[in-house]
Formats: sequence, C-alpha cells, structure tokens
Amino acid sequence: MNKKWLSIPYALWSLIFSIIPIIIITIYSFCKRSPYGKIIYEFTLDNYKQFLEPIYLNVLWRSILLAAISTTACLVIGYPMAMIISKTSIKKRNVLIMLFVVPLWTNFLLRTYAWMVLLRDQGAINQFLIYLGIIKEPLQLLYNPGAVVMGMVYNFLPFMVLPIYSVLSKMDNSLVEAAQDLGATSGEVFRKVIFPLSMPGVVSGLIMVFMPAVSTFVISDLLGGGQTVLLGNLIQNQFLVARNWQFGSAISMIMMVLILIAIRISSKYQDEEGGGLW
Amino acid sequence: MVRKLFKRGYATLVYLFLYLPIFFLILYSFNDSKYRGKWNGFTLRWYEELLKDRAIMEALYNTFMIALLAAIISTIVGTISAIAIHKMSSKWKVVFMNVTYIPVMNPDIVIGISLLALFVSLNMRLGFVTLLLAHITFNIPYVILAVLPKLKQLNPYLEEAALDLGATPMYAFFKVILPEIMPGVITGALLAFTLSLDDFMVSFFTTGSGVNTLSIRVYSMTKVGVSPKINALSTVLFLGVLVLLILLQKREKNLNE
Amino acid sequence: MQDYIIELRGITKSFGDKEVLGHIDLSIKPKEFITLLGPSGCGKTTTLRIIGGFEQSTKGDLYFEGERINEVPPFKRQINTVFQRYALFPHINVFENIAFGLKIKKMEEFLIEEKVKEMLKLVNLVGFEKRKINSLSGGQQQRIAIARALVNEPRVLLLDEPLGALDLKLRKEMQIELKKIQQRVGITFIYVTHDQEEALTMSDRVIVMSEGEIQQIGNPEDIYNEPVNRFVADFIGEGNIVDGIMVKDFEVKIEEQLFTCVDKGFEENELIEVLVRPEDIDIVKEEEGMLKGNVRSVVFKGVHYEMEIKDDNGFVWMVHSTDMAKKGERVGLFIEPDAIHIMKKVG
Repeated sequence: MNKKWLSIPYALWSLIFSIIPIIIITIYSFCKRSPYGKIIYEFTLDNYKQFLEPIYLNVLWRSILLAAISTTACLVIGYPMAMIISKTSIKKRNVLIMLFVVPLWTNFLLRTYAWMVLLRDQGAINQFLIYLGIIKEPLQLLYNPGAVVMGMVYNFLPFMVLPIYSVLSKMDNSLVEAAQDLGATSGEVFRKVIFPLSMPGVVSGLIMVFMPAVSTFVISDLLGGGQTVLLGNLIQNQFLVARNWQFGSAISMIMMVLILIAIRISSKYQDEEGGGLW
Repeated sequence: MVRKLFKRGYATLVYLFLYLPIFFLILYSFNDSKYRGKWNGFTLRWYEELLKDRAIMEALYNTFMIALLAAIISTIVGTISAIAIHKMSSKWKVVFMNVTYIPVMNPDIVIGISLLALFVSLNMRLGFVTLLLAHITFNIPYVILAVLPKLKQLNPYLEEAALDLGATPMYAFFKVILPEIMPGVITGALLAFTLSLDDFMVSFFTTGSGVNTLSIRVYSMTKVGVSPKINALSTVLFLGVLVLLILLQKREKNLNE
Repeated sequence: MQDYIIELRGITKSFGDKEVLGHIDLSIKPKEFITLLGPSGCGKTTTLRIIGGFEQSTKGDLYFEGERINEVPPFKRQINTVFQRYALFPHINVFENIAFGLKIKKMEEFLIEEKVKEMLKLVNLVGFEKRKINSLSGGQQQRIAIARALVNEPRVLLLDEPLGALDLKLRKEMQIELKKIQQRVGITFIYVTHDQEEALTMSDRVIVMSEGEIQQIGNPEDIYNEPVNRFVADFIGEGNIVDGIMVKDFEVKIEEQLFTCVDKGFEENELIEVLVRPEDIDIVKEEEGMLKGNVRSVVFKGVHYEMEIKDDNGFVWMVHSTDMAKKGERVGLFIEPDAIHIMKKVG
C-alpha cells in the first residue's frame, strides 16, 4: 500500500512553521539595521561582531556557567534518586515516579512563582529563620544568581531523574549479579557496570536539563530580578524592547549552535538504545 | 539498615524540595493577609476575588481552549504523519525524523522568536490564531514520537489480514490499526495537552495584545507584585491535576483487572 | 483456461534494482494442495503475496479463473490468507476475530454465529468464542487464524509458513490436521514453507524455488526421487552429490568406475551430476564392492547408523544403513542402478 501522500500535510506544516522560520531568523542575523530599527536586506556580520563586545560575552559566559552548574546539580541530586526509585517494588515505583511528574503538570510559571513566595523577605524561609532567632533581619535570598540556579534545579530536576530511571529500571539485574560473582565490590559494580550502562539515560538527562537552562529567561527574570542577565533575557530584550531583531536573531543563532555542540558532544556517549523520557 | 535509613532520608528530602513550595502556595492561598508571610487567619477571600477577576478567567479560558484545540489537531496530524513516516523508506525516514526533532531540540525561545518573525513577515495579526498555530507546531513532534513506537510494535501483517478479510483500507485503519496504537495516541494527546497548558515561552512571543494565556497573565502579575490570588489559582490547578491523575490511575487499575 | 483456478504468466518482481522474482509461470488446479518450497529469500513469500494482492508484480499477468486480477485490491479477491505470525487482532476476542470478514459483508447476526460455531468445530476449538487472543497457545492461535480465513469461504487459501512458530510435535499434528481440513472443505491451498519434510508430507504438488526462479515442479515422490538439479537434490533430503560422466545411455562413470543406471538421452560423454541417497547405498565386503573405501566415522541414529566412508578417489560418501561397520575398517559400497539419479549440470 502506498501511503506517501499521508506525509504531505506534515511536510508542508514543518516547512512553513519549523524550517522557514529558522531560515528567516538566519537571514535576519546577517541583515543591516536602519537608523529607525528597520531591517535592511544587506549582508553584514555586524550583529555577530556586536556580540563579541565584553558585556555580551559576559552574558554568554554567565549563561553557560549557570546552566552547567544547574545541570551538574541535577545530575548529582537526580542520579541517586533515580537509583533509589528503580530499586523499590514496582507498585511503589509508579507512585514515586508519579510524584516526580505531578509538579510538571502544574504550570511552569506558577512553580517558579512559588519560589518567589518562599524566598522573598517576608517569605516562609526568612520568617522561619527569624522565628528561630538565627537571624534578626531577613536575608536577601531572592534576586541573585543562587536563586536562579535554585529555580533551574527545581524546574528541571524531573528531566534528569526520569530518563535515568527509565534506563536503570530496564537494566538486567543479572549483569550486576554477574559482576558481583566476578568479585566486584559494590563500588566497583557501580563504576564499572551500572553507571556505564546508564549513560544513555544520563546523556538524555544532561541535554534535557542543559537546553532549557541555557535558554531560559523566565527563571532569571523572576528569581534573578533583572540582576542576572542571561542569553534568554538578551534575546527577549532585543525582540520585544530594543526592537533590534537582527541582533536578537544573531544571539539566537549563537545559542542554537551552542546547544548543537552540547548535543553532539554528549550524544557521542549515547548508543542506539535511547533513554528518552518516553 | 543504616543504608536503608539513609536512602529514605534522602528521598524524603528530595520530595520535600519538590513539594514544599507548592505546599506553601496552598497554605498562603488561605491566609488572610496580603503581604505578610505571617499567618493571619483562614479565609476564602482570594478564591472569591479569583472568580471575579475577569482577566484571569479569560486567560484560563484561552489556555484551555488552545490546549484542547492544539491537542486535538496535533494528535490527528501527528498520528497520520507517524503512519506515513513508519511506511517510508529509510532514506526519507531519516529526513522526516530530523525535521521532527527540530522543534524538540530547539530551545523554546528560538521557536518563539522565529515564529514571531514568520507571523510578522506574513502580516498576520498576533492573537488566538497565531498562538494556536504555534502550539500545534511544537506539539506535533511529541505526538509522532509517542505513536511511532506503537507502530513499530504492531504486527505488520495485521493490516493485511484485515484487507485479506475484505476490509477496505479505511475500515482496516479504524477497526484494527487505530485500536492497536491507541495507547500511543492517547499518550501523545495528553503530552500535547499538558505541553500546551504549561507553555510560556512560545506563547509569550506569538500572542498579541489582548489575548493572554494563564502563563502570560501570571508573568505580568509577578511584574506588578505578588498577589494571593495567584496562590489561590495555583491551588485550584494543582488540586485539579492531582484529582485528574488519581482518576487516571484508578481507570488504569480497573482496566488491568 | 478454466481448468486452472490460478495462473501466473511471466510474473516478475523487482524491489528497486533488485529482482526477487524472475519470470514465474505457474498453473494451479482447483482443490489442489500446492506447496512453494525453498530457502528464505527464494521468492516464495513474494509469490504468495502477489497472489494475495499485497504486492504488485512488476511484469506479467495473474489470472483467477481465467480473469486477469493484477489490479484487484486484496479486499476484493476471493482469496484468504493465513499469515506467518497469525496476525490475529489482539484487541478483540476469538468470536470477533472469526466474524471479522462476515461482519464486513454485513451478514445477518444469527448466520454469523452459526458459521463461527461451525468453524470452531472444524478446528476443534468449540467453546473458545469469548477467549482473548493473548490467552491462547500458539497452536490454538494457529487454528483460529485458519478458521478466520476459512469462514469467508474463499476459493483459494494462502498459508505463509503457518506452522513456523510451533514446536516440532505440534507441527506434525497440525500438518495432518491441515491436510484433513483441506480435504474436508475441498478448496485450493497454496502453502509456503522452507521445511522440505512438511512440503513432502502434505502436498499434491511441490514447487521448489531458488533465487526467484522455479527449479522444479512435481509431486513429492518425483521431487525426492528425480531432482532435476543439484539445488533441488541438496535442498530435499540428504544426498551424496558427485560429478560424473554419462558415457552412453544407461552407463555412467563415477569416481573412475563404470556404473549401470536407468537414465538415457544424454550426449555421449556429457558431464553430469549424480545423486545417490544415503539410504540407497549398501555396505558389503570389500571385494564385493563397486567402490572401496575406509570408514571415517560411525554415529548411531536409532533406526540406522550414519557412516562416512571415504572412497579411494577421495570422495566422502554418506551412508545410512542398519549394518554397522567399524571405524577405520575397509569396506565396499554397492549401488543399485535405479538408486543412481542423473542430473543436468548447472552453472
């Protein structure tokens, strides 16, 4: 049965809404800007040159750093968690995994907002510390890079735990027993068998956390309070406030390349059997 | 024994981290004080005000409408596309899968601004329609990715068996193929629906003045200051999700038995 | 033309540049049990799928009772199929599976029930109506698949390695049962298998295929006793295949020895190949043997001994015999004229 025509609607849709938009911003990123902010279709590298100015490079560096810290934190917190869950009984497992998914079902903005409520001067944490008498004046918990990292870890932790869990739960336990049988200590079993086998899940997790972390502007906006400018904030600002779409497009291109490189590097360690979310 | 205790403690801490903020949101939604974090007594005032807030109610309506429509359309298009991709030669399959991964691997913000650029160059008025188009765009790949594995598991001869017994291709699809891949289709639809509900980034760039989704509304409210109305709203949504999940779990259990 | 229910005339099939079927001619009579036999990749399943309508031939014509049906879609052919992995619909029960085709025909409910019952009786699964497909054993699923196809009263039933997934014992039982069912319903069965024993047991005619071409068509005895070439001889049963020279009619030279045979009609001194089945070789005293050699190995197989005997020219003969020789012993080999099968040399 020939069903090729079934793919036509999707092919058209993808062309119009996935491929052409990216071509448009690619073109924009090489376009000149008129004094009034209009786009002039003449080739230039100015937008990319502009990005090489120290303030923008600083933003780039900060974005990568914060995303890397959050991703590492997610891995360090999430891996043991995935392991613990994968070792409980099947019935319990489903509940524990469900508990990780439920927060994902609540609105992302509200989740981030919840931390604003907790961290602000009159928030629960400061109140609690004052009540205990540990501090007299409320601590400045909100509007700093630490709060941003916190928000990223909170929002993206499930993306790390779920793929690692899905690989670990499918792992053949006889492999672990075989390693023990061959005289490996539990530490060695982990280093030489469990961890290498869970790499596909770890890689999926790293990508799924790093990508939204490096491109977010909401978390840095709400929890960083404009003090912590990231690539995402820069793009948003260029598109909606400064109305310099050419520069905004150039930053987007740079970010896309950055993510592609990150995926390339990490997917080296990933084999066929993917440990995706699904 | 110590190890077990340690594991318990660790897991408890992580779950506390996940749920503490949500717990406080719920708690504050009943607190009769606007600014203080201190407990000032129980009230349902914020829920009343929430119901009276037309902007929020409208945003809520938009969010659900768009999520529902986007989920339905992307599920139909995605399922058909998945079948087409499944039947392709491996060369075309690679091409289509790469295209499918574009919206998955692209950061939301890039999807948002590139669609904004597209809509503006097409002179489209930003609003409900552009929002819907954008949501369908980022939903379709997830439906495809949810349906494809089911198609792979499908016995390739089932369709032929139906045709062999006299079924037209249409009849075979609805009576044999669709029931078999239904779990994947439902997963895809649910995924699409929740992604739409949860989306902020793409909506933020592709909507026009006047049409708000819940996320956008919350975002602009946080700019003005924290209002306990949002706490009340969060509580309602969270409990709604919880009830829905419990119902789904129950249904699954019943089906299994 | 009407003598045949199905005819293939010059059927050719290519996938891309690769030709998988080259010019197949085949005529099948009504009520025949016909088997397409060959190793995997020989084109037997493709041939079946072309008859079923799941594959279009690149060239050639397909006739059903004299009418060309190349373009008729599968759901309009009076042909039904039993698929390799049964392809039962897992989401509906046994009754619904069997009734699937009848419901499409919009048959009356009570008639459907009657017919399904009848079919379940035919395949010995009375009372299984409400069972789920996944709760059935392989053999039971197999029977349901047959019932589901037969209930539509097809003129021709196609079976694609239907017993492939069953264990040996069940297979033997089902072979007999399938043959019985075919005789009872009295329709044409076209059966695909790579199992030569299965083909020989059940078929009226066997079609041996290799690399997209028909090697030989014949009844099981002919195929076994008079293979036309090395491929057929090798594929059907065990055999010693050795090069020879047809000196003249009824005389063949094998391993430098002259043998009397029953074949004629070859050119003088034509190079040919000779097939001798291992059970057709007798072990005799060395001095009485037409060929002499050393026993290389002896394995006890229950009904007979399986021996390898290397003759003085270096060819190793496989011999099945109830007489035992000892390993290392010198023995003679004796072959009756009618045990020598002469085949045209190919390639």
